[in-house]
Amino acid sequence: MRKNIIEVKDITKSFTISAKTPGIKGTLRHFFNRKTIEKKVVKNINFEITEGEIVGFLGANGAGKTTILKILCGLLYPSNGYISVAGSCPFKRETSFLKKITLIMGQKQQLIWDIPPIDSFYLNASIYGIEKSEAIKRIKDLSNMLEIDSELYLPVRKLSLGQRMKAELLAALIHKPSILFLDEPTLGLDINAQANLRKFLQIYNKQTGATILLTSHYMKDITYLCKRVICIHEGYITYDGKLEKLLTKLSPNKDVSIICKSIKDVEILKKLNIEIKNINDNQITFTVNKLDFKNTLKEILNKFDIEDLHINEPPIDEVIGKILINKK
Amino acid sequence: MNIKKYLQVYSYFNYSSFSIELEYKVNLFIDLLTAILGLIGSVFLLSIFFSNTDEIGGWNFNQALIIQGIYTILNGVTNTWFNPNLKEIVKYVREGTLDYVLLKPIDSQFWVSFNRISPTGLIEILLGFFVLNYCFYINNISFTIWSLILLMITLICSISILYSLWFLISTTTIWFVKTWNATEVLRSFLYMGRFPMDSFSFSLRIFFSTFIPITFITTIPSEVLLGLSPAWKIILEVLVSMTFLIFSRKFWKFALRFYTSASS
Repeated sequence: MRKNIIEVKDITKSFTISAKTPGIKGTLRHFFNRKTIEKKVVKNINFEITEGEIVGFLGANGAGKTTILKILCGLLYPSNGYISVAGSCPFKRETSFLKKITLIMGQKQQLIWDIPPIDSFYLNASIYGIEKSEAIKRIKDLSNMLEIDSELYLPVRKLSLGQRMKAELLAALIHKPSILFLDEPTLGLDINAQANLRKFLQIYNKQTGATILLTSHYMKDITYLCKRVICIHEGYITYDGKLEKLLTKLSPNKDVSIICKSIKDVEILKKLNIEIKNINDNQITFTVNKLDFKNTLKEILNKFDIEDLHINEPPIDEVIGKILINKK
Repeated sequence: MNIKKYLQVYSYFNYSSFSIELEYKVNLFIDLLTAILGLIGSVFLLSIFFSNTDEIGGWNFNQALIIQGIYTILNGVTNTWFNPNLKEIVKYVREGTLDYVLLKPIDSQFWVSFNRISPTGLIEILLGFFVLNYCFYINNISFTIWSLILLMITLICSISILYSLWFLISTTTIWFVKTWNATEVLRSFLYMGRFPMDSFSFSLRIFFSTFIPITFITTIPSEVLLGLSPAWKIILEVLVSMTFLIFSRKFWKFALRFYTSASS
């Protein structure tokens, strides 16, 4: 049985923020008499993550996903609660702990802008105490996996966003971390670059057994990589479990559209235990529960000679969108 | 602390800084020209002050030139290390890239203080030592190893005080986010260091030697060179610099507890 690598118990995090009313009056009032409020962004959250898991954090903007990631990697002090990441207390930022983790943020970069990425890699290697010969080997291995080569010798500012993100990944993985915190890693990338990155992360997870915690607004990232998701809404965990179960829970039905050979068949179909949505000539559209789907379809295919069949599932973005809005 | 690792990291810092500077050749040339013209301007300004008098606060022009030399060295140090690094702290905090620094297994103060180097500032340091060398000649200073050691001690202390002051101000960025202007004020105070401490009124002397010990940092090394500095002044400078260094480090560690990172 795999052991827990991350344990979070009753974590709360509050920030003191100041609000400003619009207009010149508001600006002056804000300057002389700043009113601050304490905002709880993470509220009593609990979860455990086992070694080698890939877990996706889902939630709307401002839900608290990034704050949780930052608490887990030791950047922010929690206001309350207990955390253990790789057996350490993250916010103490002990060297042994920092060598085990990495943080990759899609919207921020650590590579030095004016010089080639290879120089940043060697700098990172020296920071992590990696010998140059070993660093060369790791750079070669990772660049093969990421399919970047000549780009390593061009100034970072000359690289495309996709190439830059690959280089960022290489810089962040040179010390072979066992826990990866990824905050929207595919942000702004084109479809192919997104797919490549996902593929790489999946292979990296399989090859190294690294634990990956991921936030992303691209549902494909989540569905491709994560079996388990944690949904956050206004600082609370609203769901923690298998993605498949969540999707079944949020969208229990599938729409089936059948074009029958005759209207007579449509009439017989209507008598079956199905929830009809629409009938148009010899085309019938009905909703069927995912659990009954297999049997219902089998029955139809056995009884009727159909012309065409379409199965429609609501787009996953639409389904997940529901939990971001409705706090289900 | 693993000294070997830190030296290696520092050599990479320097290498990447030089690489960046060499990417922009014209800028390098302009910086070099600015350093030379800056020194000429400062000496010219000093000569204007002395055009109608032989002494200011007990210092003649040749002696005051020593202070100018020390000031040029310190300004060079400022331009080489402090300006490119400590100014960036504001950027790190505003943009949230301090996250990457804090997650590296390396001392964060070391990173933010020595990450960059501006090679053109080194020219200024060389020019400063050139002025000091000239001052040895015009002031008939008998040069001994002992005076050189004392000069280096007081110079290191002066650099430490200046660094600590600058770093303290930059650290407040963690709470106030934008404090870049405050470091500019400190820089303009540094200009005061081009004149002997004794040339100021009593109240200003107190201000510039206690609250913001700018004159302290240029005058004492100059007095050491002229053999005018009593031992207590040197000891005091060592103590002041150590106090400032320790305080600035503790303050940084304390401030990091309040770092909230930038939102994504």
